Order: sequence, then C-alpha cells, then structure tokens
Amino acid sequence: MITFVPREKISKNWIFIAPILSIVFTIFFGLLIFTFLGYNPIETLYQIFVSPFSRIDRISDILVKACPLIIIGTGLMLCFKSNVWNIGAEGQFIMGALLAGFIALSFPNIETKFFLLITLITGFIGGALWAFIPAILKTKLNVNEILVSLMLVYVAMLFIDFIVRGPLRDPMSFGFPLSKPYPEGALINKIPFPGIGFLGQLHYGILFVVLLIPVAWIFVNKTLGGFKINVLGSAPQAAKFAGFSQNSITLTVLLLSGGLAGVAGVIEVSANIGQLQPEVSFGYGFTAIIVAFLGRLNPLGILFAGIIIATVKLGADNAQMTMGIPKVVTGLFEGILLFFLLTGETLQKYKIKWSERKYKWKL
Amino acid sequence: MDQGNGSEILLKATKINKSFGNFIANKDIDISITKGQIHALLGENGAGKSTLVKIFYGVLQPDSGSIEINNHKMVITSPNIARKNGIGMVFQHFSLFPALTVAENILIALDNKIKLNKVVDQITNLSKEWELFVDPFKLVSELSVGEKQRVEIIRCLMQNPNLLIMDEPTSVLTPQEIINLFRILKRLASSGCSILYISHKLEEIIELADEVTILKSGKSIATIDAKKTTTKFLAETMVGKKITELRKNIKKRSTTNIAFELKNLNKQKDHEFGISLKNINLQVNYGEILGVAGIAGNGQVELMEILSGEINCEYNNQILLDNSPIGKTNINERRKLGIETVPEERTFHATVPNLTLNENTFLTYFFKYNNTKSWISNLLNNPQNSLDECEKIIKTNDVRCPETNPLASQLSGGNLQKFILGRSLANKPKVAIFSQPTWGVDIGAATTIRQKLLDLSQSGKAVILISQDLEEIFELSDKIAVINQGVLSQIFRVNDITAADVGLLMGGKSIKKKKMETVK
Repeated sequence: MITFVPREKISKNWIFIAPILSIVFTIFFGLLIFTFLGYNPIETLYQIFVSPFSRIDRISDILVKACPLIIIGTGLMLCFKSNVWNIGAEGQFIMGALLAGFIALSFPNIETKFFLLITLITGFIGGALWAFIPAILKTKLNVNEILVSLMLVYVAMLFIDFIVRGPLRDPMSFGFPLSKPYPEGALINKIPFPGIGFLGQLHYGILFVVLLIPVAWIFVNKTLGGFKINVLGSAPQAAKFAGFSQNSITLTVLLLSGGLAGVAGVIEVSANIGQLQPEVSFGYGFTAIIVAFLGRLNPLGILFAGIIIATVKLGADNAQMTMGIPKVVTGLFEGILLFFLLTGETLQKYKIKWSERKYKWKL
Repeated sequence: MDQGNGSEILLKATKINKSFGNFIANKDIDISITKGQIHALLGENGAGKSTLVKIFYGVLQPDSGSIEINNHKMVITSPNIARKNGIGMVFQHFSLFPALTVAENILIALDNKIKLNKVVDQITNLSKEWELFVDPFKLVSELSVGEKQRVEIIRCLMQNPNLLIMDEPTSVLTPQEIINLFRILKRLASSGCSILYISHKLEEIIELADEVTILKSGKSIATIDAKKTTTKFLAETMVGKKITELRKNIKKRSTTNIAFELKNLNKQKDHEFGISLKNINLQVNYGEILGVAGIAGNGQVELMEILSGEINCEYNNQILLDNSPIGKTNINERRKLGIETVPEERTFHATVPNLTLNENTFLTYFFKYNNTKSWISNLLNNPQNSLDECEKIIKTNDVRCPETNPLASQLSGGNLQKFILGRSLANKPKVAIFSQPTWGVDIGAATTIRQKLLDLSQSGKAVILISQDLEEIFELSDKIAVINQGVLSQIFRVNDITAADVGLLMGGKSIKKKKMETVK
C-alpha cells in the first residue's frame, strides 16, 4: 500500500532540486527509449533539448512559439482558478483570428500600425463572443461548459475552413483555400536589432506577453477581482456568504479567457502567417491547458511552462527534420517530461509512505 | 480473564493504533465489551470514537493492535466479515436508497439472498417483536428520520447480531423518539445483544449505559461504571479540566421594541431534497434571544439563506428591520445595516479553509475598504487592507493560532468558530443570527461562545439562535419557536413551554395545552 502524507515543512532546497531531478529522470528514460527504438540517444536528446538553444535565432523561435501558449494559458488560469472548465480555447483562438481577419481584409489599403489596436480588440471580441456561448448557457441554464466549449472548437474549425474556401477566398490564390494577404497596417513586424538584423521570427507580439504577465500577476494577487476568483474556486458557498455573484464571476472569467485566446489568434496570424488559411492554430488552445496547469495556475509559472513546452515542441520538430524521428516518439518523450515534472511537484508537498499490508483476507 | 458467566467477554480490543497522515486518531486503545452490556464510548468531536468503531466494523484497518471476538483472534477486513461475526452497525449518516421501499433496502443489504415477500414477513415480525414500527412497502424518501433509523436497526437485527454499534443515534431524534430508542436498546441488551453506544451527550450515557469508556485525543483515558458516576465527573474527565458555568441574567434588558421581523415568508425549494419554507412569521425584540429548535433538515438551511440575504425575498416587506423593509437587500447591504449571520458550516461556507485568517477576514470585510478612497486603491483592494482588523479579532477573541496568520484549516473547530463569531461581532451588529454555533465544538469553546450570545443580548442586541441542541436552546433563549418541514411554530416564552412540548413540535405534532399564550 502506498500512501501520500503531506509534508509538514516544504524544504527550500527541494524547490530547486526537484525540477533538476525531474529533468535527470526524463533524460534517463529518454535515453532508454531512444536506444531501444534504435535511434542514437545522445543525438536525439541533443536535438530535443540543446538544439533549440544552439543559436540565438532558435532561442527567439522558442519565444515566438511560447507567445500564444502563454497568452492563452494566462486566460485559462482565470477560469481554472474559479473552477470553470473552459476547454475550448482553440475555438476562441480561431474565432478571434477570424473576426480580426475580416476587419483587416475590409481595409485593404490601410498602412498605419495603429490599426493593429483595432484588430487586436476585434480579436478579443471574437474570442470573447465564442466563449460567451458556453458562459450564458452555464449561467442561465446550468449547461456544462466543458462540453459546450469543446464542441464549439470543431464548429470554429469548420467555420474558418468554410470562410477561406468561400466568402474570403482570394481570387488570385489559384484555387488554394487562402484569403488575400493582410494589409500592411494589420501585420505585426519582426523586431529589428541594430547591427544584427532580425532574430529568427521574433516579432513585436512578444511585447503583449511582457505586458500581460505583470498585469495578470497584479490582478490575481492584488485586486478584489482576483480574490473573488480564488474564493469561488475554493469554496462556492463562501463566495455566496461574501456576497460575490457566482454567475458574474463565471461570465467574466470565460469572457476574459476567450478574449485572450482571441488576441493570441490575432497575434499568431498577423505576425507569422499574414493571411487567413484553414489551419491557423496548431493545437495551441489545447496545449495551453497543459501550460496553465504546469505553471501551477500562476502567471510567472505559466511564463516558464510556456517556454518549456515550446522548447520541447521545437526540439521535437528538429529531431524529426534532422533524424527522421516520428512525432509519436517525441510525443512519448514529452509525456515522460510532463510526468516527471508533475511528480517532482507532488513529491515536494507529499512524502510517500510504504506500508505493508498487515492483514490478509481471511474468512 | 472473565469471572463467571455474567461477564463473559464478547469483544476485546488491545492496543489499537490508527493514524491518518500525521494525525493520530487512535493511540493504544484497549476496550472490552461483555455480553449483553451497553457500553458507551464518550468523547468530544475528534477524540477518535468514530475511527475506533469503524475499525470494529471493518470499514477501516488499524495500523496495529488486535481484536478478539469470543476469545478468538479476528481480523476484520471488511464490513462483510464483521456482519458474519455478528457485528452490526447503524451509522450516523444513514445508508439507505431514498427511491426504494423499506423492504427493498433491507433486501439489498442481505448477504444471503432470499425472496422479497420473505423479507417483508421477517420485517413485520421483527418490527412487532421489537416495537420498531415501519411499513415495509413505504418508500424510504417518505420516512421521517426516526423511521429511517428504525429501518437501519431492523436491517442489523436481520443478521442476529451479537454486537450492535450505534454512532451518535440521538442527534437526529426528538425527545420522544429518544425515549423509544432507549427502551428498545435496553430490551436488546437484556436479550443478550451487546451494544456499543457512541455519544457526546452525558445524560444519555448515564441513563442508558452500563459501562463507559472515555476517549480524549485518540487515547482511552478511563473506563467507568456508568451507574456510579455523575455528568459533571464525566464532563470534566472528557474535557480534562474544570468547566466554567455560564454567567446568566446579570441584568436582563429584554425590551418590547421589535428589532427584526419576518412576515408571511414563502420560499419554494430550489432542489429536489430541499425544504420549502411555508408562511413563516417571526419576530425578535432588542435584548432577547429567540431560539429556533428543530431537527436538522427541516428548513434551517433555507431559513438561514433568507435571513442572511444570500437569497433575496420575493417582496421587500417580507423582512423588516426597525420596521423598514429590507427583504430585497443582499448580504453585504445587511451587514452594513447591522445584521450579522454565522452559518452552520464553518469551513467552505463561513470560511475558506485554504485561505489565511486575514484573507478570511477580508472575505466579509472587503466592502469596508471600497468607495472611500481613490479609484486606484479601490482597484487594488486586497487582503492587505484587513490585516489590522484580523489581528484585533484574533486578540480579543482568544483565537489560538499555531503560527501568525495561519490557514483557516490549521485551526481547531472551536478556535475557528471563535474567529468566525469574533469577525461578525466586531462589526457591532444590532441583530445577530447564529446557526448551530456550538456544533462539534469542544466544551470549553462552547461555553465561551454561549457566554458571548448571552452578553450580546444583555447588551441590548437582538439574537436569533437556530440550534438542534435542545439543552442549548433552553439554556440561552428567552423565546422559543420550532421549525418542522419548513413550517415555523408560534413563538413561546421559555417559561411557557417544556422540553417535551418542543419535542412534540419537532416531530410535527401539535401540542394540546389549554392556555398556551402566544407572545406578542
């Protein structure tokens, strides 16, 4: 029998040792698996862990990849903290991108970058509107938000597919399902560094993350709104006792998280794609759920979690390109990494007690 | 060990140990129960009584220790095995299916399957033999709490037990039902079935038990002949210190000014197992305590939601404070008006267990720091603001904390309740409403809390006390009303009504007294 006993004091050293041990274990099991599958284990680990950091432009690619994960993850954090289970950030991401895209394509000649403000706000509204559907059903009719938000992901996917094949298709696209390119005013540029030029794909969208994390931290820790979310998530009855309205909190967090997912969609399309296409997200909305939990529902944690997940994803791409390792294998490795990170987290707070079964079944 | 036939030992447990994580629930407990004996297990909440009997019934496994039944060493790995060895148990929270009939419920629990009509016959026989009257064809959801308990007892008796364990059986019964239950238990014991009776009510134990074992913080501290002891001695042994008496009626300032009034209040239940409130009228004057007695689950929770403002009334004039309507105000507006409520559930309702005491102070104080300063400080209104007030509450109410600003979950029940009460009283309410304020609290803290309620009314405030504990109701109240199935009785002066009358009202019966004057 294994029982988990809460530790009375969490040792300061373990806060540093635990993640290191997690990484060591991950590497060990990674080595085992890659060896058994017949890949050069050292080379594979190098590709996954080291190659994303091997050049400065690759490091900037990590940031680019982490950017939408962190933005969506921060929004989801608000939901999950208040026990509202928004699983549909992927759909909200798409709808944000789509609505902003519609606005962007309606002004084909606009050049001023102030226009970005409008597309970002439109994106926020698009995502929030998509989250409003589960929110209103939940608060008015007590419909489960998990099912509604998840199902709406597939509606959004098919909807953007329809839009770029039909109403918004560029007549010059030679039959490809693509919209016209965005006007200059709706594009997010790469950041030029004096003397170096561009660093990979690093773009100005990253500034939004730089702004978002401290704002989110202050909101969660230093405002009444953050307190309300915390209370509702821990004890709904106590929220009632304090006079906090459960419905308005649920509505707010769903709209905020949907809006943030929408903004992430706008940034992704405006910076990296430049036009609408059937696939604008690559599972960011789902991966961000992992990011939010790996970051322990804490803005700073989500920042790091986003970077870790982005690194491993890029490393997996590298391994696939250079060594031909299939995605399923690197996916397995990602699983091992998450497993050990969460184990390390848990063992910081609990110790394992092995107790033998003293009693045998006897009739 | 046994001397003669009269004290043949049925169950003997030695050095039982059980811990949950770092919490030691049972430590080296020895206990032996002779045949036909009513053995009481006495102790405060959290003393380890329930853990011990769950070990006997096979629900929990001890970490170490041994159990002998009829001088044979036994390992009870499951309730199934306990039942096969003649141990039956009636839990504090009944385990019956509301949607099935009595007979079906009993049939399900039987280990050897027999036909339903045979079960019905057996139930009828048993209920005649033991005066445990229940209709086998009735749905369990239609039964009263007392009837449900009878079903549980019959279910145990079907297995011909040698030992019947009863976990706090009287907490849900009216005084009349308790008398009935005791008669049955005594008859059972004299027919040779031992009874292990768990309680924290002293009078009951002296009346019923032959022997009593007292548990304190997981240890067995004494086993006493129950016929040769007093409630005072039991209480002091159980608590481990002298108990202070309440200071009462120094100068009673009961007035005739109506402070708080409920008028023709109706509230439809909002879920299947809720209770609808029917035409409730209630008034309380400044300087007095109105006690609302009743068995749990008769609408107290629903009434409390209305009184506190967690749920609004249909019409504004259904609640009056100083004659002005406030039925549509919310809980924080009522706090500002001087109405404070303390709900029954200490954790998850009155406090959030994983937040600190300061954050829990902020929980009901946050609006005080709003609307006064600049918008930026309104925006950044956070628990930092309530630090001073929290400290004051802790100091003035003698809340014992394991560290500065601990989590609410780190406090003992009594200390947490002192904190919750202090938090409400620091707002200097005109009207204070308490639901089960001493439930599950140790005797020391309970005395402090009761004293606080008395002091409050003596300083001229209006107090409403909703409680299941009849003793507490009679000890504190100036006026008493009884709630049953969502209906509130008339309000009686405490001197005009006896505990037996209240018991009848609790059971939904009317009382036929000739001159029972209603208080105006």
